[in-house]
Amino acid sequence: MTLPIHQALLIILVSAVATFLTRALPFLLFPPHKKTPAFILYLGKVLPFATIGMLLVYCLKDVSIITWSHGLPEAIALLTITAVHLWKRNILLSVGGGTVFYMILVQCFFSV
Amino acid sequence: MNLKSLKKAFPYTIPVMLGYLFLGSAFGILLSSKGYGPIWALIMSVTMYAGSGQFVAIGFLTSPFDLWNAFFVTLMVNLRHLFYGLSLLERFKKAGKKRFYMMFSLTDETYSLLCGIKAPKGVDEHQFYCSIGFLDHIYWIVSCVLGNIIGSTIPFNSKGIDFVMTALFMVIFLDQWKDSKTHIPQFVGIGISVICLLIVGSEGFLLPAMSLILICSGILKRRLEAKLQ
Repeated sequence: MTLPIHQALLIILVSAVATFLTRALPFLLFPPHKKTPAFILYLGKVLPFATIGMLLVYCLKDVSIITWSHGLPEAIALLTITAVHLWKRNILLSVGGGTVFYMILVQCFFSV
Repeated sequence: MNLKSLKKAFPYTIPVMLGYLFLGSAFGILLSSKGYGPIWALIMSVTMYAGSGQFVAIGFLTSPFDLWNAFFVTLMVNLRHLFYGLSLLERFKKAGKKRFYMMFSLTDETYSLLCGIKAPKGVDEHQFYCSIGFLDHIYWIVSCVLGNIIGSTIPFNSKGIDFVMTALFMVIFLDQWKDSKTHIPQFVGIGISVICLLIVGSEGFLLPAMSLILICSGILKRRLEAKLQ
């Protein structure tokens, strides 16, 4: 089913506002003209490292180790990406090549 | 934003362009299969500019009208963005009015790029950050609309293509690993997230994970602060 136009627009508006809020809230709570508390500044230095780790887990959250394919294609692809990236340090090669490699894995070797 | 900063920013954004091309067109295809045409893909990608947020919103658009549900579910889905803002408070501080667009365009991918790079010499720092967000936004809009128009007509086995984002985060993780003197925050981020995922399950693990990461960071403050300078 689809919603009537005005309802669909309202849904999109509300979702856009909610999205913006989650992105803007820290900046609104700690505006540039006010002194930011030391603890928040410290968080600003630690969180980038912790957050990328968290995002990585978030991307893999639906991978099941118990059922087939046991997370194997993901593990193989991530190890390959790590090796290639440490070797060449070329983001495009690592990301593009890694994705194609993963697609081949899940389409040809782990398809079932 | 000017042409110079856009040109400088462009090479950095190519991985995101690839990722968005796949992810955005996947969104466009799904949206069109639910009876919403390209104009809707355009409106959503321009105003929301959120990967998982837009996928979730398709659900709101195909079930009985419920604004509060849309609002709160979107808040929950995008809660992780709070951390992005906290990480970038200092870097956005002097950006003036541009800050608002920079906040708006803080997707997972733009954030991860900003984490991994510094503005090259000779380019205004904020122009550069803004350009990255803007280019990514353009890729996203084009991909969503294009996917909606032609995606469903071209036969293509795209299985596994969403892995492009995982690959991007992995690479940024590795670059951060090399650049940092301490790896404790990275262990904290991964370790706590995995534990929460195992206990809570994939639906709601982010909120407890984020809370515990904050608590852990607080406890480790004295140990970490000197090393993070």
